[in-house]
Amino acid sequence: MPETGLLAAMPIHELVFFINKGIVAGLIIGSIYALGAVGVTMIFGILRFAHFAHGDMMTSGAFIALMLTALLPGAGALVGLPTAFVLLPIAMALTALLAIVLDRWFYRPLRRANVRPVTIVMASVGVMLMMQGLIRLIFGTGTRPLYVGAKDIYRIPVGESFIVVTEPQVLLFVFTAVCIIALHFFLTRSRLGKAMRAVADNADLARVSGISTETVVRATWIIGGALAAAGGTLLALDVTLKPDLSFNILLPIFAAAIVGGIGQPYGAIAGGLVVGFTETLAVFNWSVLLRPLKPVLPEWIELPNQLTFVPTEYKIVIPFFILVAVLIWRPTGIFRGRLIK
Amino acid sequence: MNRPASRELVLFGGLAVLLAVVFASQGAAFGTRMLVEASCLAIVALGLTIQWGYAGLFNVGIMGFIALAGYTTVLFSFPVNDAFWSSEGPAMLGVTALYLIVGGLVTYGASQTHRLGLAKKYRTLLTLIAGAATYLAVSGALGDAAKLIEGEAGFVGGFGLPAWVGWLGGGALAGLLGWAMGRLTLGLRADYMAIATLGIAEIVKAYLKNADWLTRGTLTVSPLPWPVPTPADLGFVASRSAYLSVTAIMIVVIFVLLQRAWAAPWGRMMRAIRDNELSAAAMGKDINRRRLEMFVIGNVIIGIGGGALITFGSIFDPSSFLPLNHTFLIWVMVILGGAGNNLGTVFGGLFVYVIWTMSEPAALFLFDQVSYWGDRLFDWQAPSDMATRALQMRVFVIGLTITLVLRFAPRGLIPEQPVKYE
Repeated sequence: MPETGLLAAMPIHELVFFINKGIVAGLIIGSIYALGAVGVTMIFGILRFAHFAHGDMMTSGAFIALMLTALLPGAGALVGLPTAFVLLPIAMALTALLAIVLDRWFYRPLRRANVRPVTIVMASVGVMLMMQGLIRLIFGTGTRPLYVGAKDIYRIPVGESFIVVTEPQVLLFVFTAVCIIALHFFLTRSRLGKAMRAVADNADLARVSGISTETVVRATWIIGGALAAAGGTLLALDVTLKPDLSFNILLPIFAAAIVGGIGQPYGAIAGGLVVGFTETLAVFNWSVLLRPLKPVLPEWIELPNQLTFVPTEYKIVIPFFILVAVLIWRPTGIFRGRLIK
Repeated sequence: MNRPASRELVLFGGLAVLLAVVFASQGAAFGTRMLVEASCLAIVALGLTIQWGYAGLFNVGIMGFIALAGYTTVLFSFPVNDAFWSSEGPAMLGVTALYLIVGGLVTYGASQTHRLGLAKKYRTLLTLIAGAATYLAVSGALGDAAKLIEGEAGFVGGFGLPAWVGWLGGGALAGLLGWAMGRLTLGLRADYMAIATLGIAEIVKAYLKNADWLTRGTLTVSPLPWPVPTPADLGFVASRSAYLSVTAIMIVVIFVLLQRAWAAPWGRMMRAIRDNELSAAAMGKDINRRRLEMFVIGNVIIGIGGGALITFGSIFDPSSFLPLNHTFLIWVMVILGGAGNNLGTVFGGLFVYVIWTMSEPAALFLFDQVSYWGDRLFDWQAPSDMATRALQMRVFVIGLTITLVLRFAPRGLIPEQPVKYE
C-alpha cells in the first residue's frame, strides 16, 4: 500500500470543516441550552410550573457579570483568565439571590394563595417582561462585548487544516462539565439533593416524611439561578451580550427540558445537547461534505452549492418541531420524566 | 342580563372622561385613530377572554394568530397582481400544492401500514422516509416557484375581494391553526400549550418575514383597501369615524353572541369544565373536545380582530408584529378588565390601550426630565439612546401590572358574574 493511500483519500479538509462548524458549534450551543434547561426542568419538577422568566435570568446573570467586570477590571489578569469568567462565581451567587427574591416577591404569595398552576405561569411571564424592561432600561438595547481584548485561539492541526477552538469555548466546555458532575454528586450524595429528588417525585409524601418544602424550593432557585447565570455569561463570553438573548433562548430551553423529561436534570442535559446539535446540523451546509464524492458520482448528479435541511432564517422552527415530535410520540421525554397533567 | 352595577358605571364613566381629555388635548383625528385601534384590540381581547377566562387555556402566541390573520386579509383584499397571474407562477404553485397533497397522502398512508400487518418499526421508518421525501420535493418546487414569482411579479398579490371577506378568512385560518395546535397540546398540561403557542407565533412571524414571494417580506404591502371610504375621500376624522362604526358594530355583535352563549347550556357546560374538570368528565363531557372548541372559537375572534387591525393600519409589515404589542398587551387587557367577563374585557381593552398610547409621550417626558435634572443636580450625563430606553419602561410596567393584578385582584376590575338561574 502506498504511503498516501487511505489518509490522502480521506477528505481531511472537509471533515475538519464539519467538526468546526458542526460538532464544536453544536456542542457550544448545546451546553448553553443544557445549563438553562437544568434550571427549567428542576423548577418544573419541584414547583410544577413552566418558568418563562428563565431566559431573562440567564441574561441578567450575564449583565451582572458585565457589571462586576466593570467594577473589578483587573481580576482576570491575576489568574490569566477572562475577567468575567473569574468573577462568574460571584455573578452566579448574585443571580441565585435574585432568583430567591423573585420567588419571594412574586411566586410564593401565589403559591400560598393556592392558585391554579397556570396563574403562576402567567406571573412568570409578567416577571419576564419586568426583567426585560429593566435590563434594556439600564443597559440599553445595543450589543456589548463581555470578552475584553482579543480572544486566545487554539488551533489543533489535523492534516493540513486546523480545528479551531477559542478560549471562551474551552472554558465553556470545562465549566459545563464541572457543573454537571457537581450537580450529579449533589443530587445523589447530599441530604438536600436527595430531598429535592423526593419532592420532585412526590411532594405530599416528601412533606409528610418531614422534608422542609421551603428549603427544597430555595435550593431549587439557587441551582436554577446559578446555572442560568453561568449559561448566560459563558454564552456572552463566546459571542456578544445583548438583551434580545432571553426571548430567543426560551423555546430551545423548554424544548430541551421536555425532550429530556420534566424533572430529570440528566435528561435536561441530554435534551440540551440534542436540541443544540439538531439545530446546528439542520442549518449546516451538507454539500461541503458531499463535494469530495464528486469524482465518484455519475455525471448527471449535480451537487447544489447550498444543501441545508432548514434555511438559517428558520432556525427557530427546529426546537419547535423537536418539541412537537416529542409531545406526540413520547410526552414523557427520553428520560421518562413525569407527564404533569 | 345582569343589572348594571354602580362599579361598572363608575369605570365606564371614568373611561369616557379619559377619552374626552384625550380628544380635547390631542385632537379628533388622533382620538379616532386611537379608538379604532383600541376597538380592534378589544375584539382580540374578547377572543382571549374565551380562551383564558372561559376555558383556562393559555395562549401566548396571540401575535402569531394576528399576523396570520393579517396576512390572510392582505391576500384576500389586496388588488389582483396581473403580472403574477399571467406568469408561470400559479401553475408552479399548483404543482407544489399537488406534491404536497400527494406526499401528504402517501405519508399518511405509510403511517397506517401497521393495519396491513407491517411491523411498527418499519411503519415508522416508512413514514419518516415518505415525510422527508415530501419535504424535499415540496421545498424544492416551492423554492423554484418563489424565485420565479419574485423575479417576474414581485409577489403573489391578492384576490381583490372586499376587506370583510379577508377578515373572515383570517379568522378562519387562525382558527384552523389553533385547531391543529390544540389537537397537539390540549391533552397535556396548560404549560406545554403555552410553550407551543410561543413557538408557533415565532414561526409564523419568521415565515411571513422571509417568504418574499408571498408577503413581499420586509418591503411591506400597502395600502390595504378599507371597507369604508379612505381618508383621501373623506378626510381623517370622518373616514376613521366610519371605520370606528364598523368595528363598534363588530364588537356589539360578538359581545351579544358571547353573552347569549355564556348564559346558554353550552356556557354552563364550559364553566363546569373549567371549575371542576373531574366532575364534568364524570358527567360525560368530552373535555378535550370542548376545550378545542373554545380554543378555535377564541382564535377565530382573535383573527377577525387582527384582520380589522391590520386593514386599519393600511400596511402589512411582518417585522412590525411584536410579542409585546400584540400578545402581552392583550393579556393585560383581559386580566385587568376581568377574565371571563365580556364587559370587563371590552373595558380593559379600551382602557389599557388608551393608557398604552398615552404612555409613550409620558415616558419620554418623564425621562427627559430625569436626564435634565440629573444633569443639573448631579452632573450626570444621560446616555444618548435615552429615548429608546425610556420606552422600555413601558415593558416593565406591563410586566408589573400582570404580576400585581394576579396577586391582588386576580379577578380583574369587573369580575366574572356568577350566572344564577332562578
